Amino acid sequence: MKKINQLATPYIIWAGIMILLPMLLILFYAITDSGNGIVSFRLTLKPFGKFFTDPDFLLILWRSLGIALKTTIICIIIGYPVAYYIAGSDDRVQNLLILIITIPTWINMLVRTYAWIGLLSDGGLFSTILGFAGLKDVKLLYTEGAVILGMVYNFIPFMILQINASLSKMDHSLIQAAADLGANRTQCFLKVTLPLSLPGVVNGIALVFLPAVSSFFIPKMLGGGQYYLIGNVIENQFITVGEWNFGSAISIIMAVIMMAFMYVVRAIERRNSTVEEDDRRRRGAAL
Amino acid sequence: MMGKKYKDHNKLSRKKRPIGRLLLILMIIFFYMPIVFVILFSFNDSKSLTAFTGFSTIWYEKLFRSSRMMDSVYTTILVAVIATAVSTIVGTITALGLSKSKKVIRDLVTYVNDFPIMNPEIVTAIGLMLLFLTLGIERGLGTMILAHIAFCIPYVMLSVMPKIRSLDPNMADAAMDLGCTPWQALIKVIVPQIAPGIFSGALIAFTMSFDDFIISYFVTGRGIKNLSISVYTMSKRVNPIINAISTLIIATITLILILVNVVPIIIEKTRKKNENDN
Repeated sequence: MKKINQLATPYIIWAGIMILLPMLLILFYAITDSGNGIVSFRLTLKPFGKFFTDPDFLLILWRSLGIALKTTIICIIIGYPVAYYIAGSDDRVQNLLILIITIPTWINMLVRTYAWIGLLSDGGLFSTILGFAGLKDVKLLYTEGAVILGMVYNFIPFMILQINASLSKMDHSLIQAAADLGANRTQCFLKVTLPLSLPGVVNGIALVFLPAVSSFFIPKMLGGGQYYLIGNVIENQFITVGEWNFGSAISIIMAVIMMAFMYVVRAIERRNSTVEEDDRRRRGAAL
Repeated sequence: MMGKKYKDHNKLSRKKRPIGRLLLILMIIFFYMPIVFVILFSFNDSKSLTAFTGFSTIWYEKLFRSSRMMDSVYTTILVAVIATAVSTIVGTITALGLSKSKKVIRDLVTYVNDFPIMNPEIVTAIGLMLLFLTLGIERGLGTMILAHIAFCIPYVMLSVMPKIRSLDPNMADAAMDLGCTPWQALIKVIVPQIAPGIFSGALIAFTMSFDDFIISYFVTGRGIKNLSISVYTMSKRVNPIINAISTLIIATITLILILVNVVPIIIEKTRKKNENDN
C-alpha cells in the first residue's frame, strides 16, 4: 500500500502539460511577437498597445462590461426573490424546485440559446403577443435586449442556486431573535437575512458576470453580429484571423478585468461580513 | 414540545407569499418554454420556426439521411465514450493515489484542477488550442479527445475524492491481513465502496463531453465537428434539422440526469436489502 501514492504521478505530469502549460502559453503569446512561432521570439507589449489605442476595441470592451453588468443586476433582482421563496418552502418541495431549476443548466447552452431565435423572430411567439398588445413590428431578435435575455436565461439558475444555498444554510433562529427584539419584517430582512445571504449573492455574481463577459455564442446567435462582444473578438482572432498573439493579449486583458471585478465585489462583501463577525464575537463574549 | 410551534417561525416567512409563488411559476415557464419550443418544432411539417403547421418526422428523416450530420453524431458519441472511459479510470486512480500523498501535493493538484472548472471556458479552450499549435499537433479528432479528457478528469476527481475521504482506512489493511494482495484489496474492497462516486463522476464526464461546444470548437480541425459545432455553424440560417438534433441532445441529457438521480438510490436500496438478507 505504500506505493499507492505513486498512482497520482502520471496525472500530475498530465495536468502540468494539459492544464498549466496552456495557461502559461496564453501569457507567453500575449507578451511576445514571434509571428506564431516559439523558437525565435521577441518580448513586446505591442498587442496590448494595439488594443488600448483602438477606439473600436475599447468600445467593444465597454459594451461587453455594460451588457454583463446589466445581466448581473437583472439576475440579482429576479433571482433573489425566487431563491428567497424557494428557501422558505418545505424541505421536500425545496429539493424538487432546486432540481427543476438545475435540469436546464445541464442541457447544452448552445441548444437553449438557439431556441430563443425562433421565439424572438418576427412572427414568433413574442412578437405575436406584442402584436395583440398593439405593439406591431417591434424588432426583438438581433437587439441588445435579445443578447441580455439570452444571458439572463443561461446564467440566472446559478444565481438562484447560490443565493438559495446561503439562505437555507443560515441560522433561522436569528430572524426569530430579531423579531422577538422588536424588529419588523422589513428590518428583519434588511438587518439579518440580507447580510447573511450576501456570500451567496457574491458567488452568484461570479457565476453570472464572468461567463457573461466572456460569452461569444450568445451575442453571435441573438445579436446577429451587430452586438460584438469581447468574446467574439477573441474567437475572431483565433478562428478567423489567426493572430494568436493579439488574441492571447485580449484574453489576458479580459482575465485581469474579471479578477479586478471579483476583487472589488469580494472586498465589499468582506467589509459587510467583518461587521457580522464582530457581532458574533461580541455575542460569544457575552455568553 | 415547543418545537412544532417554533418550526413555522423559523421559516423565512410565515405568510403564503403569492407574489413569490407567481414569480417562481413564471421563472419555471421561462426556463422550460424554449426547451418545449425546440421539441415541438422539431415535429413541425414546414420549415417555419414560428408557425406550427402540422405533425411530421420529416426533419428527423433528413437528419438521419444527412451523412454530414450523422458524422457529427458519431464524433460526439465516440469522443464522449472515450473521454468518459479514460477520465473515469485516470481520475479514480489519481484520486486513490492522492489520498495517500503528502498534503502539499494533494492541495497542489486540487488547485490546478480548479483552473478548468473555474476559468471561463474560452480561456481553457484557447489555452489548449495554443498548446496543440505550439507542439505542432495537427488539430482534429485526436486533439478533441485529448482536450475532453483534460477537462473531464477534474470533475471525476471532484466527485470521487469525497467518497475516498469518507472510507475507513482500516478496511484495506483488514483485507490484506486476511490474505488479499494490494490489488485485490483495491478491486474487492475499496472500489465497491467508492462506486457511487465513480459512477456519478462518469456521468458528469459524459454529459460535459456530450454537451461541450466552446472547447471542441477551438481544438478541432480537418472538418471534424461534434453536434454542438454543427448546431453553431448551421444556426446562421433557419434550419429545422437543428431542432431535431437539439431534441436528441435534450433527450440524451435528460435520460442521463434521470439515471444520475435514480441509480444511486437503487444501488443504495439493493445494498441495504443485501445487508438485511445477510
